Amino acid sequence: MSSIAANQPRDMNKPSKLNRAFLLKLELRSHPNLLCVIRGALEPLMEMLGFSGEHNREIIRAVDEAVSNIMRHSYQSRPDQPIEIYCNRLERETSGETEKGVEILLFDCGPAVDTTKLPARPLDEIRPGGLGLHIIRGSMDTVEYKRAGRLNRLRLVKYARTSKGESGPKEETPL
Amino acid sequence: MKISARRVDTATILDVTGNIDMSNSPEVRKALLRELREKGVTRVALNLTAVAYIDSSGVASLVEGLKASRESGSRFVLFGLSDSAKEVLKISRLLKLFEVYDDETQAIAS
Repeated sequence: MSSIAANQPRDMNKPSKLNRAFLLKLELRSHPNLLCVIRGALEPLMEMLGFSGEHNREIIRAVDEAVSNIMRHSYQSRPDQPIEIYCNRLERETSGETEKGVEILLFDCGPAVDTTKLPARPLDEIRPGGLGLHIIRGSMDTVEYKRAGRLNRLRLVKYARTSKGESGPKEETPL
Repeated sequence: MKISARRVDTATILDVTGNIDMSNSPEVRKALLRELREKGVTRVALNLTAVAYIDSSGVASLVEGLKASRESGSRFVLFGLSDSAKEVLKISRLLKLFEVYDDETQAIAS
């Protein structure tokens, strides 16, 4: 599969201001059986980046739901369409301290998404379906959709925090 | 993912092994509706002890099971939820809707 993000404008290839190369890139087809492969790849990476326990699970859940949405809605359940996932390390300064995080970019070649038609359903309705977007938004610090040329790009960001009693990021090991 | 049914007293226990996501959640839905609608079982307990992950499509299947149980006047309970399963139900604000027990003994005795 040729890289679908390769022809993006330059800033698309440099998703963070750090301009670091991505830590992990996954290229896959839109087959639901591959969801477990994505989860299996992300869990140790997020652990390495300092996300443990609940925060690790939130990130995996958000990516899983996002890819499921691509498979179901963007590709109309066609199982042979390309999806790319890039993971990058992020840092930001807050209150004089450096917070470490992760940025995950998801690309697909489906039709443009009309974001006005994507409200997460009211949670007081007891009915199946419509929960994926709510789960994504509730799990990540930043959720941004952008149409980039002929691609859909979803950007997910989450920072590791130590203030909630979670174990903080480990000492960074140069990769 | 594997799902199998067994009878304990008047209840049916559905044992699920493996993760529940978009690739297999229709199987969970089908098994639940078979017990609750077709067989008319009065109590169905879903054993999630061996399920580490449930996505929103899996949650949707559970909600369908809950609705079917309410329509048929039967009971549908869950037990053995992992932290991840509890979290996804909590973030969906559905955790309080379900009868959730720690283990099979509690689920059957309830």
